[in-house]
Parts: sequence; structure tokens; C-alpha cells
Amino acid sequence: MPGSILEMRSVAKAYQADVVQTHALRDVSLTVEEGEFLAVAGPSGSGKTTFLNIAGLLETFDAGTYWLDGADVAGLNDNGRSRLRGEKIGFVFQGFNLIPELDVFDNVDVPLRYRGVKRTERKRRVAEVLDVVGLGGRLRHLPAQLSGGQQQRVAIARALVGEPRLLLADEPTGNLDSATAAGVLELLKGLHQRGATIIMVTHDATLAAAADRAIELADGRVATGETRA
Amino acid sequence: MFAYYLRLAAVSLRGSPLVSALMVCAVAIGIGACMTFVNVATILGQDPIPSKSDILFAVQLDNWDANQPFPTEGGAPTQLTYLDATALMRDRRAHRQVAMAQSGFVVLPEGEHGRPFEVRGRATYGDFFAMFEVPFLFGSGWDRAADESAERVAVLSRQTNDRLFGGEDSVGRHFTLQATTFRVVGVIDDWQPVPRFYDPVGGVVTAPADVFLPFETALAERLPTHGNINCFKPFGDGHEAFLASECVWIQFWAELPSAKARDEYLAYLNSYVAEQKRLGRFERPLNNRLRDVHQWIEERLGGIRVIGLLLAVGVMVLCVCLLNTVGLLLAKFLGKAPEVALRRALGARKRALVAQHLVETGCIGLLGGALGIGLTWLGLRGIDALFGGQIGELLTFRPNMVAIAALLAVASALAAGFYPTWRASSIAPAALLKTQ
Repeated sequence: MPGSILEMRSVAKAYQADVVQTHALRDVSLTVEEGEFLAVAGPSGSGKTTFLNIAGLLETFDAGTYWLDGADVAGLNDNGRSRLRGEKIGFVFQGFNLIPELDVFDNVDVPLRYRGVKRTERKRRVAEVLDVVGLGGRLRHLPAQLSGGQQQRVAIARALVGEPRLLLADEPTGNLDSATAAGVLELLKGLHQRGATIIMVTHDATLAAAADRAIELADGRVATGETRA
Repeated sequence: MFAYYLRLAAVSLRGSPLVSALMVCAVAIGIGACMTFVNVATILGQDPIPSKSDILFAVQLDNWDANQPFPTEGGAPTQLTYLDATALMRDRRAHRQVAMAQSGFVVLPEGEHGRPFEVRGRATYGDFFAMFEVPFLFGSGWDRAADESAERVAVLSRQTNDRLFGGEDSVGRHFTLQATTFRVVGVIDDWQPVPRFYDPVGGVVTAPADVFLPFETALAERLPTHGNINCFKPFGDGHEAFLASECVWIQFWAELPSAKARDEYLAYLNSYVAEQKRLGRFERPLNNRLRDVHQWIEERLGGIRVIGLLLAVGVMVLCVCLLNTVGLLLAKFLGKAPEVALRRALGARKRALVAQHLVETGCIGLLGGALGIGLTWLGLRGIDALFGGQIGELLTFRPNMVAIAALLAVASALAAGFYPTWRASSIAPAALLKTQ
């Protein structure tokens, strides 16, 4: 849908295990506008991760419709989803998910490699985003040589380097101490203020409070919605 | 992207050195074994005398026991009796013909300072050299007169000439064989038909004799026979009794340049045997055989069967090694599932991940191929050692074999890596990203 970055209508997803069917998402409808910072909260098992996976095109859904930046996702095959994901979405994971054998530069460089960006352009953009997250001087450090907070900053830089239309963050401070978590949250807020569209999944109410808007998932449904900005 | 995948392959291989080394070794052992067997099979499968393999015939006459056939394919003895061999030589019905037998004796160089040494001998007829296209370094073979009058003449191998005469042109010079003086009439150049079709007893890849001398001369000198002697009934005591016996110990070859010549020669053999039957010999049904070089190799050496077996063993070893590689690759690639999931999340298409993993597999193949070429070289040296170092030159690892080994290594590794690659690139990323 024009104007919206993410538009879901009655999206549903169920998992079948032997004879038991688990409904992870039921009738989820949601719109995220460009430049919005949305927090998706909810207890464990509420469907947050499934929502994030579907939003990030890492999983398909069983029913409903989903437009990502105007593109109907339902009709896309695996390659199409990969291409759209690479172009439109940046991921920040709870566990950082850096490749341990690659240094900071090469970790951040990964999304650009799959987009076929030329070498000089890649170098410029990687250096730029690492400056944004405050790690401009650590290009050749391996992940193991960085603190948890620094690793998450590298992961955020990797999510940003492709200039995505949507940043998906899955419990981005879940593995960090409170002081480091506050720093990462400030970084996300700063990115939002510079125009980034962010959806952050969290079970932390404090973190959720930092977003423009928060919705709560319960039993796979959108239970409540609140707009603050 | 290829350079990027190469870099990732190098990082990945360095990241798990033990598994990487095991995979490289598995490919190398498979390639080494396969190429060694292929090389030997190639040598054994070659035509030892391409220009004449269809006109040279091993002659077989079935003089064996009336109650049981000779225990070989076709039921006819593979050698002839002295009676029959000399009769066929006397008649000389073929374009060329030779009777021959292996021998062994001691030779002594000219002069007082030479030391005697043992040599392998071949008692034959003068036609041997022209019939089997033996190249000469000096001189030539002996003539028919030398055969008929049992002259003390000899043809030396290059190596024997080196030992006896320091490699000089020794034609006309003399040496002592056992206690008799022999005159050199020729020195042959390097000549080693493989397989040694004309007399495979003693090894199919062993070198020809060190000294060749006329058949009748060898008999007159009472030189020993070193080949196989098969008898089906007692023959009494003494050399003359042995020569008059039904024991077979002489190889006989005839050169028959046309189908007509072949038919005529077979008719001649049949008529000869019919005559012998009237004399009370040849009690079995008529079973005279002419086998050309290919048929002879097939019957005596199991030709294609042996080569097929060697190839099958080589391919089987390669398959076993590749199965091990498949298992190791599967473990390695599935161990990298979280990274694969991450790359998928970051925009990698499935084909990009397939390419990345196939490049890594190809690198393993190349490294394994390089090591496998080294192992092939070792394998060939080992086989040469098994044959007493006599076939080293034949087992040269030619450049085309190196190229084939490298290609086979990469192709094998890619084949082994296809399933693990497909599994790794088919990983659903969602579940793995959360658990990292």
C-alpha cells in the first residue's frame, strides 16, 4: 500500500507438530508508516518472533496479505523474498549473529556483497556506518575482541549498511547489561530521529516505552495498541 | 563474487583445520589409488605391438592326455613339445616363425679381470627379432645358417652390453657363456613390450632377456630351461628322453600376414597333427589353435577382465573416500547452519550459498588432487618396486594424467559436496537465527 512501509491484513500462521496445531499468529493486522518506531511487546510464546520472521520475510504465512514497501509479499518465491529482504530490510538480532571468523569490516560488508555493490562504494559505506555506531577505529577487530555492546553496534551497522527501508530488531538489548543496553537504545533512537523506520520486538516494558508506538501480542493476536508520539 | 567465495573458503578451511585436513586426505587417497590403478590398467591394456598384433599368432597343438584336457581356456596346451616345435620349424610354412624358451646362465666378460654374473637368457630363432620388431643399437640378429648349425652367437640387451663391454659397439667381440665362447652379432636397444605377450611366464611387465642365442645352440650347450614345463605322463631319464617326451615347454609364434595365410597354416597344423595321430600321438580330438596377440593376451592374462578389475578397484576406493568426504562435508556444512541462516537473512539467495559452498568444496578437491598426484607418484613407485624396479619408465606419470587427476579430484569433490551443499543452502533461517 502506498505510503506504508509495512501493511499486514489478517495475517495468520500455524505450526503443525504431529497431531498438534499451534497458532502462532491469528488475524494480525498492522500498518507501520515510514519513519515510525514501533515496539512489539508480549510475553514468551505470544508470537513476537513469528511476527518478526514474517515481517522480515524469513518465514511465509498461511493466510492474509502483507505488503512491504508497496510490494505484495504473498506471491514471491524464495529468490524474490531474498532479493526483497536484502534490499528493504535490516536485521538486528538479540544474539548479535556476527560471523566469528570475519573481522568487523567484513561482517558489516556481508549484505552489500549480495547486492553486488562495487568495492569502492562498499568501503565507503561500511566506514560510514561504523562511524555512525562509533566503531570507526575497529575495522579489523574480530568479534571476539569486542565487548557485547560493541558487537551489537557492529550488528546495527551491518543492518544499516544496505540503507534498508525497515530495520527489524529482535530483543536488541536482551544480551546486554543495563548500561550497555541504554547505549544501544540511544543509538536506535538516534537512528529513528534521522528517519529510520524501526520495528523492535521486546518483552521489556522500558524498552517498549522508548518507541513512538507499542503494540502487545498475546496468543498470536494484537491485544492492545498505543501511540505516544 | 568468485574471489569473495574463495576468501570465505580459505577462512572456513582454516577455521576447522582438522576436518579440512581429513577431507583433503580422503580426496587425495581416493585420487591417488584411482589414478594408480588407472595408470597400471592403461599400461596393461595397451597393444604391445600395434603394427602386427593381428598377424602374429601363438600356435597351440593339443597333444594332451586323452582322459583330461589341458587346464586352460580352449583346453589346448599353451606351449609345444620339442618334437612338434622343431617339426614346425623345419617345415617353415609361415612367413616367419619362432620356437623359444627361457633360460638362465652365467656370462663372463672378455679378458682376465671380468667378473662372472648371472643373466636371463632366451633361446630362440633368428626370425625372433624381425617378427617382434626388436630395435637394434648395434649389429642385427643371426641368420638361418646360424640356427641350423647351432652357432655360438648371441644378441645382447643394452644393459648386458654395458656390463660386458662398457656400452661399446661389441659386434664381433666375444664373451664366455658358461664355459663356451660366444660371438656378439647384435645389441638391442631399449625394448620392452608390455604386456610381455610372447611369453608371459615370469611376469607380464618384466624386461626381455639379457642374452638371446640360437635355440639349437642352447640345446647343444645343455642350458637349463627356466620357463614352465608341463607333462602329463612320465618320460624316462635323461636329456634325450625329455626332448622326445610329450612335455610342453616351448613357446611357438607364427607371422601370418593374411587371412589366407592363416587358413593355410591352420590346415597345415591339422594335417601335421593328423599325421602324428597315425603315429599314435595326439589322442585328443583335433584342437589346434591360432591366437592373435589380442586373443592371446585375453586368454592368458585375462586381458580385459584384469583391466576391468583394476579400474573397478580404483573407482571403488575413490567412491569409499568420497563417501567419507560426503560425511565430513555434511557435518561441516550443517555445523555452519547458523551462518547460512544469517547470510540468508542478510539477502543471500540460495544459489549464492550453493556457489559459496561449492567453491569451498572445489578448493578441497584441488588440494586433495594436488596431494593425490603426489600419492599417485608414490603408488606407481611402489608398484615399480613390486616388479623389482623394472617398469619405472613405463609408469611415468604423464602430464595428461596430472590434468585428469586434477579434474577428477575437483569433479569428485564437487559430486561429494553437492548433497551437503544442497542441505546447507536449504536451511530455513528463521529457527536458527533466534538460537544463535
